[in-house]
Amino acid sequence: MKLNVNGRDHDVDAEPDTPLLYVLRDHLELNGAKFGCGLGQCGACTVMIDDEAVFSCLTPILLLKGRRITTVEGLGSAGNPNPLQRAFIEEQAAQCGYCIAGMIMRAQALLKRNPSPSREDIRTALQPNLCRCGTHMRILRAVERAVGKRTAAAEGGR
Amino acid sequence: MLRKTLLIVIVIVVIAGGAAAALAWRPTIEPVPRPAAASFDPALVKRGGELAAIGDCATCHTAPGGRAFAGGLALPTPFGTIYSTNITPDEQTGIGAWSEEAFRRALWEGVDRGGRHLYPAFPYDHFTLIDERDVSALYAFLMTREPVTAPAPANKLPFPLNFRPLLAGWKLLFLHTGRFQPDPNQSAEWNRGAYLARGLAHCGACHTPRNAFGARKKDRAFAGGEAEGWTAYALDANSPAPTRWDAAALAFYLHNGWHRYHGVACGPMSEVIENLSTVQSEEVKAIATYMASVAGPGSDARRGKANAQARQANGPGVAIYAAACATCHDAGRPPPYGGIDLARSTGPSGPTARNVIDVILWGLPAQDEQRRPVMPGFAGTLKDRQLADLLAYVRARFSDKQPWTDVDKDIRDARAGGSRIYPAPSPPSAPAAPGREEARQ
Repeated sequence: MKLNVNGRDHDVDAEPDTPLLYVLRDHLELNGAKFGCGLGQCGACTVMIDDEAVFSCLTPILLLKGRRITTVEGLGSAGNPNPLQRAFIEEQAAQCGYCIAGMIMRAQALLKRNPSPSREDIRTALQPNLCRCGTHMRILRAVERAVGKRTAAAEGGR
Repeated sequence: MLRKTLLIVIVIVVIAGGAAAALAWRPTIEPVPRPAAASFDPALVKRGGELAAIGDCATCHTAPGGRAFAGGLALPTPFGTIYSTNITPDEQTGIGAWSEEAFRRALWEGVDRGGRHLYPAFPYDHFTLIDERDVSALYAFLMTREPVTAPAPANKLPFPLNFRPLLAGWKLLFLHTGRFQPDPNQSAEWNRGAYLARGLAHCGACHTPRNAFGARKKDRAFAGGEAEGWTAYALDANSPAPTRWDAAALAFYLHNGWHRYHGVACGPMSEVIENLSTVQSEEVKAIATYMASVAGPGSDARRGKANAQARQANGPGVAIYAAACATCHDAGRPPPYGGIDLARSTGPSGPTARNVIDVILWGLPAQDEQRRPVMPGFAGTLKDRQLADLLAYVRARFSDKQPWTDVDKDIRDARAGGSRIYPAPSPPSAPAAPGREEARQ
């Protein structure tokens, strides 16, 4: 089956009911998306399909014909991060990092439909994603930084 | 001859017009200075808070993100948009200048203090059953809320529906005023439940079908209706629930918002539950007892269905269900931690696919302080065609009903409307269940 991931078509040899997450990790070696709960309740596996954030653990590839799949690797690289990834780095938003790829992808989908979200918008959008280290405040700051709502002057209170 | 006929016609018109005007005219009740909060018995205020929760008052009388009871929520009706009014005790824009008599007349007859007829979006056709003591408690509760200055937005109704005196005609046809009459052959609990369910709690406002004039069909009480794009399932013998509702299941459901053999309260019903969950259990049990009697014992066929096994079904939805849904729904773990057994759930057997569509698209988000089932939404994953395939499969496998009709349209409407599954998170000034503070005292 053909899957379009991060702008490239891939021929994938997997059963149609295979969750996208397994294909990304096991077949395409895109290991950004993580397995957390397998039930769509933690958000660690979040990727984008077309312009929306979805749980890849609950998305069988049979649904994905002709869809655009974007993973955290598709946004940028360690050497050349996109603005959202750069903001996560600058805010040191990752502690263990397990949730971060999912957080970034859900935030990216939010920015696609709302380039200037309020803090409330960000909180609401990221609600499906859990972080067990408790870096939520840094994650919120990172998204705000990415949309230009945090400047150097605003960082005094950190 | 012609002149005589004309004269007769004129006389008839004048008499009819005069009679209509006399019927439509209601006197103003003089304004009163806002009663001091301290003038109300705290026990009465507390009782009123609980009754206001049962009556779901705050749900309509609070705008999203707005102050509790300050009104301004847009209520879409088939006739136009009606905005809820401010029922905080603000003297200018709320009910601060209303005497208890004026408040009582509004509940019992649908007339505001100034004598204007109110639209039946305000369910006075139910509230007319409320007894005087409970009206006093509701009045005491509302008059002790914080006054908020908030004029209600103007209704958007086409002519002639924006001409309120016409409502006198509607009332003549459809409003039967009068307090609740207990049935001496039933228990006190049943009567309490009937009083609440048919009156203050106005269950039939959604669960009873309406006629072309927007009035409830009296001979089809609880035969099922709709609310804000959601199907309000029949609660009488026509209930689509595969397992018969009994009083215990209803009481659990009304308190918790879900039941493992029935499903999860969504849409407007979740707001009702949000309120009922704060109410003392005797009241909820009474409502459950009454509604269980409305549901009736059920036929043998219905009893058989409770134990029915899922049927065989085919089609492109099989693979989607197996890959995306079965992990939770076929895992054998009961709610709230596992997915409901869909053969037990009311949704797949319902008269329309709407509720199931909404749940699949938007999921069941986690709620603060609530131990409720959660489910991820699939709006971003499923294309409309794939969702329709999945629905066809769910219907065929988990119900004994014919395929749903209008599925494509319902999917489009659900996507466009973004129907609310649960109430939006409320800011601290607008608790989802006002009265809770009192209930905790």
